[in-house]
Amino acid sequence: MEKEINIAAPADAATFTPDEVIEINNLTIGFNNVPVLRDFSMQLFEKENLVVLGKSGSGKSVLIKCIVRLLHPDSGTINVLGENVNELNDRDLAELRKKIGFLFQSGALYDSMTIRENLEFPLMRIKKGLSKKEIDEKIIEALENVGLSDTLHKMPSELSGGMRKRASLARTIVVDPLIMLYDEPTTGLDPVTSDEISSLILEVQEKYNTSSIIITHDIECARATADRIIMLNKGEVYLEGTIGEFESSQDELIQSFFKIKNVNSHSKE
Amino acid sequence: MKVTKTDIKNRIKLPRVKKHAIKLSENVIKKTQNANRFFLAVGEFNLFFWLTAKAAFSRHFEFKEFLRQCFLVGNKTLPLITITGLVIGLVLTIQSRPILADFGATSLLPGMIALSIVREMGPVVTALICAGKIGSGMGAELGSMRVSEQIDAMEVSSINPIRFLVVPRVLAATLMIPILVLYADALGILGSWAGANIKGDVTFVLFFTQAFSALGFMDLIPAVIKTFFFGAAIGFVGCYKGYTAGRGTESVGKAANQSVVLASLFVIVIDLIAVQITDML
Repeated sequence: MEKEINIAAPADAATFTPDEVIEINNLTIGFNNVPVLRDFSMQLFEKENLVVLGKSGSGKSVLIKCIVRLLHPDSGTINVLGENVNELNDRDLAELRKKIGFLFQSGALYDSMTIRENLEFPLMRIKKGLSKKEIDEKIIEALENVGLSDTLHKMPSELSGGMRKRASLARTIVVDPLIMLYDEPTTGLDPVTSDEISSLILEVQEKYNTSSIIITHDIECARATADRIIMLNKGEVYLEGTIGEFESSQDELIQSFFKIKNVNSHSKE
Repeated sequence: MKVTKTDIKNRIKLPRVKKHAIKLSENVIKKTQNANRFFLAVGEFNLFFWLTAKAAFSRHFEFKEFLRQCFLVGNKTLPLITITGLVIGLVLTIQSRPILADFGATSLLPGMIALSIVREMGPVVTALICAGKIGSGMGAELGSMRVSEQIDAMEVSSINPIRFLVVPRVLAATLMIPILVLYADALGILGSWAGANIKGDVTFVLFFTQAFSALGFMDLIPAVIKTFFFGAAIGFVGCYKGYTAGRGTESVGKAANQSVVLASLFVIVIDLIAVQITDML
């Protein structure tokens, strides 16, 4: 039994649970001697939507960039699907990244390629051995899932902000990831498009059985998508709970988040 | 307690000494930081070179992207090289002809022009134009890809950005710049013939026969070999500056600018080394 635990999760055998897809322990990272995340710990469970909420500069994006090792933490461990990300060699890291989908804040579509090529590019390199017909089918399916089947031959510059986000989401889901990381998916979008993106996040989770971390400061997006919320403040976990617990909290900082939203809805009325 | 003159002097001097010591230590720290930054940049440059070389010899070569880059490099600079090549030959002839005429040596003009164009003017001018056009283009393109997180998106998708973005560009520049140089050389000699005909009357066949009779393989081969290095340097510097650009939009302009400056400097240094080596042969 002891041997089995050591093989499965050598770093944190005692706390490892089977349905944990991401486990972060005591993560600390800073830039130019300014700490961004301090002793941060969290878990993401299978098929769960975890929303990480916080003000700009609270370290939300840094957190998910550490998960895919775009950034190296100063200390702490990050286990993704039972593997310690910081100790993986390049080949193993590439294999692990194939199982993770990352939706960038800007969409990060390759602007020299058409939407079709944007989807084909990772698909052909990750899912090697697919026939041309299978590739075409997967691309069309992914674009249909995000409601963009008519943009196949368009360039990213011809699309609106919301469409670019959706195309970027299609590029991410076309390779069937197990984990989805969304970096501010609704930032810069109008409320209607934001709602559409939030619905898409739920649809993707349902259809592809993904576990997701959604980085946002949009309360409506959090309300629509979250199973659980972690609020970050000054690089530390400020509060963890469900949306109901957050809304009923009397804490000033948390209230200030929800108050802004309420003011907006009053002014609309 | 009795205060002596020396005590007073010391009291006055001490703050001054302290001030100098602080200034000195600040300067030392600044210099150390500058040296650190320099060595870090050198290390980063070497690491990037190693990663590019490693990716260039890997099994998965992006051939389609390489061909696309070859087309872009050639297509982008062709009109500019055409004009420059013709003008160089023309200007060199117009400038040299009166001097040679004074010595009654106008018959040496085609050979002299051909030698100067093939050995030096053609390769260096073409390379400097390419440094401006291709180097800055690569710097700006990769820089904007860095800023808009497209390079990060590739990394996250398990695609090696160096293999897809850097290697095809460096190889395309390495292959295309020698071709552009040969094209510029040919146009330079053609321009020279046109220049010679402004005040004289030389047939095309005679001019080219005289020009090529002055040229040997030892003029052409080292000149062509150095252009491969020019191409590699321009491609590599452009990609390096773009790839390592900062996060703000300002860094895109900086990357493009630094690409041109550094690539031009590399061209001149490589030319100097090539001339020294050719001289020894």
